[in-house]
Amino acid sequence: MSEAAVASATVSDPLAAVRGLWRDGVLAAVAWAAAALVTIGLPDVVPWGSVGLFAAVTGGVAAILLALSPFVRRLGHAGEVLVHYGPWLVAVGAWLALWELTTAKFGWLPKPFFSPPHGILNVYVTDGQRLLICIGYSLRLWALGFFSGVVVGYAVGVALGWSKQFSYWGMPLLKLIGPVPATAWIPCTFYFFPTTFGASIFIVALASGIPVAILTASGVGSVNRAFYDVGRILGADSWYLIRKVAIPASTPHVFVGLFMGLYYSFAVLVVAEMLGAKYGLGWYIQFQTAYSGYANVYAAIVIMAVLCAGIVRLLFAVRDRLLSWQEGFIS
Amino acid sequence: MSDAALAIAPAGVAEHAHAAIEVRGVSHHFKLSGAKLAVLDGIELSVAPGEFVALLGPSGCGKSTLLRLIAGLEAPTSGSILADGESIRKPDPSRMLVFQDPTLFPWASVWKNVATGLEARGLLANQRRRVDEALALVELKEFADAFPHQLSGGMAQRASLARALVNDPALLLLDEPLGKLDSLTRLTLQAELVRLWQRNGFTAILVTHDVEEALLLASRIVVFSDRPARIKQEFRFEKPYPRHRDDAELVALRRSILGTLGLAT
Ligand SMILES: Nc1ncnc2c1ncn2[C@@H]1O[C@H](COP(=O)(O)OP(=O)(O)O)[C@@H](O)[C@H]1O
Ligand SMILES: [Mg+2]
Repeated sequence: MSEAAVASATVSDPLAAVRGLWRDGVLAAVAWAAAALVTIGLPDVVPWGSVGLFAAVTGGVAAILLALSPFVRRLGHAGEVLVHYGPWLVAVGAWLALWELTTAKFGWLPKPFFSPPHGILNVYVTDGQRLLICIGYSLRLWALGFFSGVVVGYAVGVALGWSKQFSYWGMPLLKLIGPVPATAWIPCTFYFFPTTFGASIFIVALASGIPVAILTASGVGSVNRAFYDVGRILGADSWYLIRKVAIPASTPHVFVGLFMGLYYSFAVLVVAEMLGAKYGLGWYIQFQTAYSGYANVYAAIVIMAVLCAGIVRLLFAVRDRLLSWQEGFIS
Repeated sequence: MSDAALAIAPAGVAEHAHAAIEVRGVSHHFKLSGAKLAVLDGIELSVAPGEFVALLGPSGCGKSTLLRLIAGLEAPTSGSILADGESIRKPDPSRMLVFQDPTLFPWASVWKNVATGLEARGLLANQRRRVDEALALVELKEFADAFPHQLSGGMAQRASLARALVNDPALLLLDEPLGKLDSLTRLTLQAELVRLWQRNGFTAILVTHDVEEALLLASRIVVFSDRPARIKQEFRFEKPYPRHRDDAELVALRRSILGTLGLAT
């Protein structure tokens, strides 16, 4: 449509302004405003704190959504993203309002087992310092465990997939050890590692390394033989074939292993931190559960979920970059 | 390697590398679930330097196996194969094998695929130009940065050809290289093969299931029997290029070759 056509449509069509309006945005603004009003307007059955702050945040979101509604289609890419998630914004606002009503306002889901959203917000306000330290400790443990596990698992996987001898001895062992949950090794781990921290790293490394080793081995083992023939014809030695044929050819498999290892590493992270660590999200959850600080537990769970989702997202980005050569790959 | 390196360059019309191949009493069998599967039976074949020989035979008779043995990918069960008088024990960059499937590395760009041979031998740093020249030779210069899945079948096979030619082989083994292409692309690439062979002067051994293709390209056609392959008959003929499929002599030859293959009508 040409610009002239657009202009004439605006003039001749009195509903044009309404048509350009982002309907989901207005609905979302209403939902978020409702959450704000419910929070500030009705009293808590038992006080949770941070009522004003939560109402201000939700009210602010409502105001922004309302203000954006007429312009959102002119915001380019950011606008498209907003429009795409419009229904989600509506749902989340409604969910927050409902959540406020059932917990803090009517007390159907009572304290201390349930917490309203502003109760969780209150945890970040009052205990933010300690939570930040816990995030740091958890990330350190996770990174040390995951990366050492992946490095060792990958090297073992390549060796298993490449060398017949290595595979003869290694594959049966890996198949035996593989299905055992990493946490089952805790007793002997404690014997072998002088510190709890070392033991925790080992458990996380084991959980992430084993799927990487298995998938890498199967990936290297299933490389099309014709690629090796081509390599040998072209004068490649074994080292070149490993580096330039086996490794790139098996990368799609390796990423499946990396994603599995990532999920396992998150799962055992909490357990590993319960082994007598002094900080960390897992430790925080255990500690707060013992004192019935469930709002704190929820607050820590939210952080964990966001962290995990962020790391998964990051791995997807790395994969998309490295595997852009695959046929039919959308990037 | 000194003069040979020039063969691909436009100026290098001087001395070209070409190998003499001797296949002496070669028999070969595979072990298939305990039993022996005889594939080649007493093959005797001499190929002169710079000659273009085509191998014809029923599907599954052992033609690809023979090429793999000449390439040095496998050792024959008995008999010996010599290149320029030396026994072939392992693959060598002077002997290139082009497969029916292009088997390009899907994770590498066309340029990197073509550069593989030079890189594997540690020659790439000084000879990057040769990769560009090889790509120009098969008219794929604009696709240097493309990935294999972005190429058509004919382009992929040309890239595979460039990947072999960049090493300036003395012997080019072609295993039904045009077998999977549409007939129009096949015609183009047949002409291209002749051009490359005339220009670079390598010895060529072509396996094909297309009698016409053999007649258009080769100066000698070797016909094999059913598995285990024995040489049934050889046809020698001299004809200048480019050849025409309706040339009377070639048509007559075609009839007698089809007869040898048991396909006479
Ligand atoms: N690596 C192998 N192991 C067992 N049998 C094989 C192997 N390679 C080829 N064969 C068998 O050898 C016979 C000849 O194969 P091939 O040389 O590919 O025939 P073609 O003349 O069609 O190229 C076929 O029956 C095939 O199944
Ligand atoms: Mg074959």
